[in-house]
Amino acid sequence: MIKVTKLNKWFDDFHVLKNINLSIQKGERVVVCGPSGSGKSTLIRCMNYLEEFQEGSVAIEGKSILDSLEEIEKIRQDVGMVFQHFNLFPHLTILENLTLAPTLVRNISKDDAKTKAMEYLSKVKISSEANKYPNQISGGQKQRVAIARSLCMNPKVMLFDEPTSALDPEMVKEVLEVMTDLAKEGMTMICVTHEMGFAREVADRIIFMDHGEIIADLPPDQFFDRPDNPRLKEFLSQIL
Amino acid sequence: MRRGLDHKLVHWGKRNLFPNIAQSMISILMLIIGCGLLYLIMNWFLINAVWKGDSSACREASGACLSFIREKYLYILFGVYPREHLWRPIVGLILWIIFWFHFTKKKNWNKSLLLKFPTLFFIYYFLLSGGWGLSPVENHLWGGLPLTILLSTVGILVSYPLGILLALGRRSKSKLLSYPVVCYIELIRGVPLISILFMSSVMLPLFLPNDLNIDKLFRAQVAIILFSAAYFAEVVRGGLQSLPPGQEEAAKALGLNYLQTQMYVILPQALVQVIPPTVNTMIGMFKDTSLVIVIALFDLMGTAKSSLTDASWLGFSIEAYIFVALIYFIICFFMGRFSQQVEYEFKLSKERS
Ligand SMILES: Nc1ncnc2c1ncn2[C@@H]1O[C@H](COP(=O)(O)OP(=O)(O)OP(=O)(O)O)[C@@H](O)[C@H]1O
Ligand SMILES: [Mg+2]
Repeated sequence: MIKVTKLNKWFDDFHVLKNINLSIQKGERVVVCGPSGSGKSTLIRCMNYLEEFQEGSVAIEGKSILDSLEEIEKIRQDVGMVFQHFNLFPHLTILENLTLAPTLVRNISKDDAKTKAMEYLSKVKISSEANKYPNQISGGQKQRVAIARSLCMNPKVMLFDEPTSALDPEMVKEVLEVMTDLAKEGMTMICVTHEMGFAREVADRIIFMDHGEIIADLPPDQFFDRPDNPRLKEFLSQIL
Repeated sequence: MRRGLDHKLVHWGKRNLFPNIAQSMISILMLIIGCGLLYLIMNWFLINAVWKGDSSACREASGACLSFIREKYLYILFGVYPREHLWRPIVGLILWIIFWFHFTKKKNWNKSLLLKFPTLFFIYYFLLSGGWGLSPVENHLWGGLPLTILLSTVGILVSYPLGILLALGRRSKSKLLSYPVVCYIELIRGVPLISILFMSSVMLPLFLPNDLNIDKLFRAQVAIILFSAAYFAEVVRGGLQSLPPGQEEAAKALGLNYLQTQMYVILPQALVQVIPPTVNTMIGMFKDTSLVIVIALFDLMGTAKSSLTDASWLGFSIEAYIFVALIYFIICFFMGRFSQQVEYEFKLSKERS
């Protein structure tokens, strides 16, 4: 599904990603964690080329991003992304936020797009807010809308970049529930998050990054109960 | 009731005009100055004004010579446009006024404006120039307000979209595109409009072959467009920069291409953000069209100025200038009002999602 090979990236002379190799199968749920500044966001942003990289390759379903830069939009259409700060379009209603991309790039009729958008809105339990504007709803609702917006494109994989870290604590749960449902349906997911409860429950693999390197890539039980790396142990002792 | 009102007035006065000694002194001073000014203006404009009579009557009186305006208003408003065809620019101006009221209603803000605006412009141009059954009037006979309106509406119609393109070009990642755009904008902003007008009318013909005779009005129009496009570009760029980068990223992540991202996500937000400076630039541009006087085009300012050279009506420049100032003011006032209205309609909460 996603194959990252010998990925290296620099911001000027700062080496953010160091020789990353990673392969994610269809239907796998992968959680990425690590200290601030370790390059987690940068890594998943490379996967839909929101971030350029200098060396190595990223391939989505066997298609190398660098080889298909002309039609990078095509690749992005199949890769959903949810941001820490939601990034809803404030000038459009919730419903319009959801139908914009499908009507523009998938050539779906307005009505079909609306029907489908309403389906996803009820799935994330906010169909009653469809005609409101983003700044009229709460943070948790915004993030659920953002997830629904990505789902409307029928993505083959979903990337999450700390989807709950900008939320008030009482809203974290509703977003995690939506993500858990999504995982149960078999969506391929890559999540940067520090919600360790979610990671333990949902993840097939947990990746620990530090200073631009993948330090550990383990199943949850091994990750939490038998960490074998001193840096990982230290990290776990800080957040658990 | 009356007592209550009086009481309120007194209370208001006490609080706002005479709260303490220093404030009271200032208030009294301002009141005296205000009344004095009002008295002088009334005296000049109404009491001592000459409504009827010729220029000698005017010279004897100490007030405004309104009969000068009565004599010259047609010339100031329409220049030397043939009197028998005067209905054409008048109809044209009325159409613009109707369009303006149509345009400032929120329910009419839709894509059809993109068609209505150019259509109106072509009707207007057709009315002024004639053809297709109307007897032709050559454009060196156009003048006054219709010319000012022509220069400024076409100016805005063309230079605003051009400015948007320049702003996008300036932010382009491709240096091949952004460097020339930066050079262009900085160059234009570093030069006064008046010198661009001179260049277009005096220098350009020197470089062009003799038989290629592009008309003066067209060259002035191009100069105005090139000039204000640079200003619009900077205004729009301000709007583009005010958006959080997450907006563009979200659009890209959904698979929108560059054009779709700009058209549907970035520009609708960015342009709304900068409505006040945009209208500001438009007002500035509207007034700047008066500079075409330096290349002998007789727009509103030009006709006012040349109306002063009539030998039998010498010396009434104050009246003439106040007359055109009022017209400029009325138009700019409505543009400013419109700006406030649009801002109100689009008032977006500061909170970003
Ligand atoms: N545009 C940029 N230019 C220069 N340096 C950057 C840029 N973006 C990120 N960095 C640096 O790259 C490093 C990795 O950033 P990244 O955002 O990937 O970290 P992260 O693991 O997601 O951290 P956090 O948990 O704080 O989100 C950081 O040290 C950051 O300062
Ligand atoms: Mg991050």
